[in-house]
Amino acid sequence: MSTLFDEKIHETLADPKLQLAIYKATGRLVEERRKAIEPDICPDYQELRTQANAVKRHTIEHLDYYLEEFARNLEAHGGKAIFCRDAEEVSDFVLSLAKERGAELIVKSKSMTTEEIDLNERLEHHHLESVETDLGEYIIQLAHERPYHIVAPALHKTREQVADLLTDKLGVPRETVIEKQTMIARAVLREKFLAADIGISGANFLVADSGAVVLVENEGNARLTTSAPKIHIAVAGIEKLIPRAQDLAVFLKLLGRSATGQWLTVYTSFLSGPRRKNEIDGPEEFYVVLLDNGRTKVLADREKRQSLYCIRCGACLNHCPVYRKIGGHSFPWVYSGPIGAILTPQFLGVRHEPGLPFASSLCGACAEVCPVKIDIPQILLDLRSEVKKAETREGTNRLERLAFRVWAWVMRHPRIYEIAGMAAAALAPSRDSGWVRSVPVSAGPLRAWLSQRDLPPAAPKSFRQMWRDR
Amino acid sequence: MSRETVLHKVRTALGRSAGQPLDQPPPVRLRIPVVELEARVASFCTRIESLAGKTHAARSTEDALEYAAGIIAGRTAVASNAPILRECGITALPGVRTGIINRDELRALCATAAVGITGADYALADTGTLVLLSSQQEARMISLLPPVYIAIVKRECLLTGLDELLTVLPRPAEQTSSMVLITGPSRTADIEQILVRGVHGPGEIHVVVV
Repeated sequence: MSTLFDEKIHETLADPKLQLAIYKATGRLVEERRKAIEPDICPDYQELRTQANAVKRHTIEHLDYYLEEFARNLEAHGGKAIFCRDAEEVSDFVLSLAKERGAELIVKSKSMTTEEIDLNERLEHHHLESVETDLGEYIIQLAHERPYHIVAPALHKTREQVADLLTDKLGVPRETVIEKQTMIARAVLREKFLAADIGISGANFLVADSGAVVLVENEGNARLTTSAPKIHIAVAGIEKLIPRAQDLAVFLKLLGRSATGQWLTVYTSFLSGPRRKNEIDGPEEFYVVLLDNGRTKVLADREKRQSLYCIRCGACLNHCPVYRKIGGHSFPWVYSGPIGAILTPQFLGVRHEPGLPFASSLCGACAEVCPVKIDIPQILLDLRSEVKKAETREGTNRLERLAFRVWAWVMRHPRIYEIAGMAAAALAPSRDSGWVRSVPVSAGPLRAWLSQRDLPPAAPKSFRQMWRDR
Repeated sequence: MSRETVLHKVRTALGRSAGQPLDQPPPVRLRIPVVELEARVASFCTRIESLAGKTHAARSTEDALEYAAGIIAGRTAVASNAPILRECGITALPGVRTGIINRDELRALCATAAVGITGADYALADTGTLVLLSSQQEARMISLLPPVYIAIVKRECLLTGLDELLTVLPRPAEQTSSMVLITGPSRTADIEQILVRGVHGPGEIHVVVV
């Protein structure tokens, strides 16, 4: 585990206000989801999950076919598919388009994919103003932070902190009433929407048979982003595809319920191409960026490619006992929680944060609530084994390997095992009652492991002794 | 740009070759329950009201007009070019602008109007959802920019739910560049999980079933 990961975790654990905020917010989302999938409300919930998993599996296994079908249909409706290998290609595309069209102001709706490639920073570096318009994203953009949670990016901010931010950054009088804070943001962002040259959105789904981008949201900012400016660019990972518009009947029901407990979100937009000849408004140009950025690497692993089924609902975060303690900013990349713990090592390499796949109790809650049935615990185990293999190759875990070799040898020799057991019992500091809280070796390499664990006292007689005496 | 590179990497990762045919995809899963029209209307209204929207089941076009006039109450309003609004007489109310087909003019008007009024192509009974297809009749901005939104829905447009919509309209993109589903007023809970309505879209929504 890296020091930074360790430090961030301890920082979060030491902040009682933050602990309460995470606990309450995730708890509420857990409860809302539970109510929305109750058998009398959603009797076919499990069948929907099975279908969603089957459709995603089929799509990912034939991804090249559906990417081509999507691009063909998008272009038939006057849109353009832009394939990009990495972050740089995306920002190059946006920058050159902005330059050609003389664009200066960009409005953005929430997109984890653009967070993944730091698009705002890249654009601002070239003096383009790029404004987040989802309220939570706007707040964290003002604070120069990254999202705390996949669906609730400003989950960790209190109304007092938001009040300070708005005063600092916008120069408005301090306002601590949440309704009024929201209206301040509405007024500022409304001006931006009406003045923006380009709107950049993400995509919840890309529909191959329609060449369409589907966006779900509650605020209306995604509708404004994709309809008010003359140019709409949707940035999506290549894994967002589904084959048919009719598949939305399954995915939309699962996404809203799993994310916030909504049967459907307030707005669902199904967008294909620029405005048609007979239509009154809508963008004049429509681009869909299809981003690789490491996804083909994930795709190459037959077992772990199911990580790409994810529809970013955030349910695994809300139900994860680890996320609920350590929060979103302890995680080393933009994707946090269980899904982040399996995506990060696959995108950035297992050595990026080797402690990550181990930061899990493997309780299985994530797999149980995942609407597309990703087997997250199994993938965590696979990644743990990859971390260990990498360490062995590099020779960085010699001591650990030696310890396990000794352990294995002892376990294969019953007499030695018995002697070792007797020695441990004799050395243990307390054998009468309770738990052993201070172990002599706790200053050594086992310090981190033992700091969280008490050992049971040694029994007066071992099982073998009792068996002989019987 | 990188189209061939990315597609090549995808094929290599999957062990597929260019143009390799598709295995049979899982059959589409659509379930359409049988629900009487009256029950659909009732469910539709209940759902909208549970989301803090207002509904009115109008007995006649005159009744719908009276309800809408009460909401507009002489404020500035923008009405779409949907025939149902003319049939009800809403477009003739004082303060109501309609018939706009210029993009910039419509946007400027929607940005200042107090009320936006549209029809709906379909409505979904089980979730309380309005379905609007962008066309000569319906623009995107009217249901989005003004803080108060009124939708006039014909009873016969009420479908049971999403599954029926996607059966009636299996490929929406063939008809429009934009299909939007609207389920209740615009809302957010991004600060301390406190629900606030009307963050970017309308915070007040009235649905009249004619």
